[in-house]
Amino acid sequence: MSEHLWRVLSLQDHNTRVVIFGTAILGFAAGLVGCLTLLRRRALVGDALAHAALPGIAGAFLVATALGYDGKSLPLLLAGATVSGLFGIVSILLIRRMTRIKEDAALGIVLSVFFGLGVAMLGIVTQMNRGNAAGLESFIYGKTATMTESDARLIATASALCVLVCIALLKELKLLCFDEAFAGARGYPVVLLDIVLMSVVVVVTIVGLQAVGLVLVIALLVIPAASARFWTDRLVVMMVIASLLGMTGSFVGAAVSAMLPRLPSGAMIVLAAGLGFLVSFLIGTQRGVLVRFWRRRQLNESIDHQHLLRELYEIFEHDPDRVSVPYEELLERRSWSRKRLRRMLEQASRNGWITENVSKMEFALTDRGETEAKRLTRRHRLWELYLIRYADIAPQRVDRDADAIEHVLEPEIVAELETLLDKELGKTRMPDDPHAGGVGS
Amino acid sequence: MMGFDWNWQLDGWIVAAGMLCAVASSLLGCFLLLRRMSLLGDAISHAVLPGLAGAFLISGSRSSVWMFVGAVIVGVLTALLSDFIHHRGQVDEGASMGVVFTTLFASGLLMIVVAADRVDLDPGCVLYGAIEQTPLDKWEVPGLPFAVPRVVVVLSIVTLVNALFVGLFFKELKISTFDAALATASGFSANLIHYVLMTLVAITAVACFESVGNILVVAMLIVPPATAYLLTNRLRTMVILSCLIAAVSAWGGHVMAIVVPSWFGFRSTTTAGMMSVATGVAFMVAFLFAPQQGFLPRWVRQQWLRWTILADDVLTLLYRIEESAREVGGHPATAPGSAFAVTAAPLAQTVPWVAETLLTNRLAVKWAMRYLTWRGRVRPVSAKDGGADSGPAEGGGEARLPVLTEVGRREAETIVRSHRLWEQYLVTKVDVAEERLHAKADRLEHFTDREMQDQLDEQTDSPSIDPHGRPIPNPDQP
Amino acid sequence: MDPIALSVDDLTVAYHRKPVIWDVEFDIPQGKLVGIVGPNGAGKSTLLKAIMDLIPRASGRVEVFGKPYHQSLHRVGYVPQRESVDWDFPVDALDVVTMGLYRRVGWCLPIRKKHRDAAREALARVGIADLAHRQISQLSGGQQQRTFLARALVQDADLYLMDEPLAAVDAATEAAIVELLKQMQADGKTAVVIHHDLQSVPDYFDHVVLLNMRVVATGRTQDVFTNENLQKTYGGRLTLLDEATEAMRRRERGI
Repeated sequence: MSEHLWRVLSLQDHNTRVVIFGTAILGFAAGLVGCLTLLRRRALVGDALAHAALPGIAGAFLVATALGYDGKSLPLLLAGATVSGLFGIVSILLIRRMTRIKEDAALGIVLSVFFGLGVAMLGIVTQMNRGNAAGLESFIYGKTATMTESDARLIATASALCVLVCIALLKELKLLCFDEAFAGARGYPVVLLDIVLMSVVVVVTIVGLQAVGLVLVIALLVIPAASARFWTDRLVVMMVIASLLGMTGSFVGAAVSAMLPRLPSGAMIVLAAGLGFLVSFLIGTQRGVLVRFWRRRQLNESIDHQHLLRELYEIFEHDPDRVSVPYEELLERRSWSRKRLRRMLEQASRNGWITENVSKMEFALTDRGETEAKRLTRRHRLWELYLIRYADIAPQRVDRDADAIEHVLEPEIVAELETLLDKELGKTRMPDDPHAGGVGS
Repeated sequence: MMGFDWNWQLDGWIVAAGMLCAVASSLLGCFLLLRRMSLLGDAISHAVLPGLAGAFLISGSRSSVWMFVGAVIVGVLTALLSDFIHHRGQVDEGASMGVVFTTLFASGLLMIVVAADRVDLDPGCVLYGAIEQTPLDKWEVPGLPFAVPRVVVVLSIVTLVNALFVGLFFKELKISTFDAALATASGFSANLIHYVLMTLVAITAVACFESVGNILVVAMLIVPPATAYLLTNRLRTMVILSCLIAAVSAWGGHVMAIVVPSWFGFRSTTTAGMMSVATGVAFMVAFLFAPQQGFLPRWVRQQWLRWTILADDVLTLLYRIEESAREVGGHPATAPGSAFAVTAAPLAQTVPWVAETLLTNRLAVKWAMRYLTWRGRVRPVSAKDGGADSGPAEGGGEARLPVLTEVGRREAETIVRSHRLWEQYLVTKVDVAEERLHAKADRLEHFTDREMQDQLDEQTDSPSIDPHGRPIPNPDQP
Repeated sequence: MDPIALSVDDLTVAYHRKPVIWDVEFDIPQGKLVGIVGPNGAGKSTLLKAIMDLIPRASGRVEVFGKPYHQSLHRVGYVPQRESVDWDFPVDALDVVTMGLYRRVGWCLPIRKKHRDAAREALARVGIADLAHRQISQLSGGQQQRTFLARALVQDADLYLMDEPLAAVDAATEAAIVELLKQMQADGKTAVVIHHDLQSVPDYFDHVVLLNMRVVATGRTQDVFTNENLQKTYGGRLTLLDEATEAMRRRERGI
């Protein structure tokens, strides 16, 4: 077993090498292109085009056979697929531009009608000559395991072409995906760019079609791109990650299927990519669910403890002679529920910010707590002052969760705000609460 | 009767199955379309593969009940998972669907392969279905004198359930599709309706593809509703229309499946495929000819508008020539302040000159003049009019311009009045730069009715001359 | 003192790391026309959505007529921003207005004539009765806004939350909507309206909430809508414009 594993991983078999190489390149290109279609909100365009290719394949076969050529010649079939794929694109664009039908339905119409046509034509193909036609089925389910060297070379060439186009037109395509109207207004040929992007998708789809099959090529276009989105907010980074994910997924899937030849490689590739998606979905550093959940919790907790400490600080500031604050009084000051306040107090006590009496009904700030509360209150009041002073630009810049106001604002502005605070209050640097002045009601 | 081999016992049932599937799907499809979830049917029908395989592996039987339950569960799961990923992961709706259904499909393939020795499931059967075999498996339905194919019974039930759902909850479906927040605020949980709809879509997809193949379900979920959407502005009409279109396409598709291949000397082909092609044909017809949304009617409307604008322009140009001739006693070539001052007098006011002034071609101008003559707005210069009537046109015998009739003059006055009032309005109220004034007013004058004209008149304090110093005619006070 | 229609207490909403609004606190007495005013990004729409539980809040309490929002849901009418729905939807103006009545009609039951009549009446009140059967995409921006307003009217709520109903509408629509708001007020309704045009605030609203991430000031318009508070809300850049407005207002009143 381990010997077998080693043989696969070290790519000793020629056949394994071809398959892994071919699918990995395909995964790379599909991941890259997928990013653009995903951001164009057209993630399933590959779905539609993969289906739309079928009548072309069947048609090319029919015509070639009728004219007496070899109907199963690959370049011919791919040419047919490309032609009908391009027809599919034009139909999608026409429906989108000429009617009020939305993107998803336009894709669905092209997908189902073209595929229906393809199926109907296949029905005829099967009548022509049974032995001959059997190969066409492989376009639907793929034939990864039997990929030949020339197939792999074709995939490599086509993929390289797509990658080059995407990189060369990166700037323009980015604009197209981000803001079509703006791109149009700036004089970019939007329709042409759209067609270029979709043509790239067609090429990837069609070379993928015969490698991994109809449904699975969709997966390669969609899954790596969607996974990459969890890790980054930048397009270029996203494209790199998606390409690598696509490549890794293909590699792992193909390798597993090479080790256990009973497992269909196409399905294994998709499952590997799906696993990658699951991991990204959960722990992606930018948008991963767990990360976001954890961040949300952190944020709520930090807001809670800021509120609590500021509240305590203001109580003691108002009446410096007080020693402690009773629980009931705290409860009344804000909209806290009993349970929540209790939890917050326990947390603060664990942090060493407050002390409590034996009955846990009276609370006071410790020295550490006072320093922290002072810091928070100062920050809060500086921000409030900033909002008033620079109300017009403030909403974009206020980041109350930044550890220190200095991290967000220029030193001059902070200095100015502090002078203002000093002026109003003298040495303590703690002005009256701006709310306490009672503007309005 | 139809000129080809049609057997009611066989073809009748096939068409019936196709129609039932079509109606059941397009009933729900309308709401999927409006919720922008059209591709869900596609996703579900691919994704059910593991449900079928799983049901088999667990129950160990090929009983269709188990398969059905397994497929429906996975179908609903597809919708739920896509939703979950879309909302929780902030992934584009299409992409989340793509991730879910491809992964499920792959795991289904895997399960089939792993259990190949025990499962006899052909993925091909899932994709294309076997509508042609409909009549072979019949049930005796109590109360009916003849045996009914099992598929037809199942699909009838599904259609009935869908129709009841849409009929009873039409209002709720409408509001939750249009404005989910309002629906929830009104006490109709948009989520609840959403999930019931998803469940029904899953049930329909499974019931249909088991008998007629997934390609037909997908087509019927999307294409007939989209066709109906192009034809009407009312939701109720849209639902009814899409059912009709779906049913007719199903019929037509089967006929096509028999007829079309015979033209090329083949036997009939896959009915399900042809049925979806038939929906595509229906869509294309609507795309081209739908009264409001259709491509051709819109094109014709546009051309008609351009044509009437051109005719109006020719009319007003004639009026202006007449006007400037009046001003300077027959020598418009030197008329001061006229935007149409013409330097080369002999060439002026011939058809080529009009065409150039209006930035169009001679043919169009000639036709516009013929149209105006036909409508009695202008009449050709007859010999007895001589040069006296429209003096300036001495340049070219046959190219001489026609003159305005009384009706035509009044109509031209109205348009010129709109034009100049607009110029006045744009200068005084909107502060448009002088050089853009004429072009702007030129557009607006064609869309100004009487009421608007009066408003303009009022707002510009009833001026008698426009910003260029030309009089503003008033047909009411000649 | 009038009873309180809407009471917001200690409301904080945060997206990601950034708080959008914090410590928002105000009470709105019943029967007032309230304008929520503040610069872009001040969290006005967020405030409305947080009041209606449409987005999660980090802390805070909202009470509508003395009860939590979900218990007095039926007494609240919401007029969303115009862009929030698909105007290509195959329904006509009357249908949209009728949607406001669905709650009263109840599950499964069909719309009856009296409902349609009520909807027609609402359309008439907003002045577009003749457009009842127009498909909604064929309505102008102002007419679409009026349709939304009519839908809120038939809901017969006691508290209306409106997100920029006066944004990008023509002058006639603006006048009609304001007239309607005053009528609603006369009927004892409360309306909380997000508004962007400072000049018209004193004319339209008798109560304002000045919002810039937190409440700068809230209260009766004549007390609160002062130059000083506006400056605190909008910052220095606005002062000039503001002084001009103030001058205009004073001259109009003949002071």
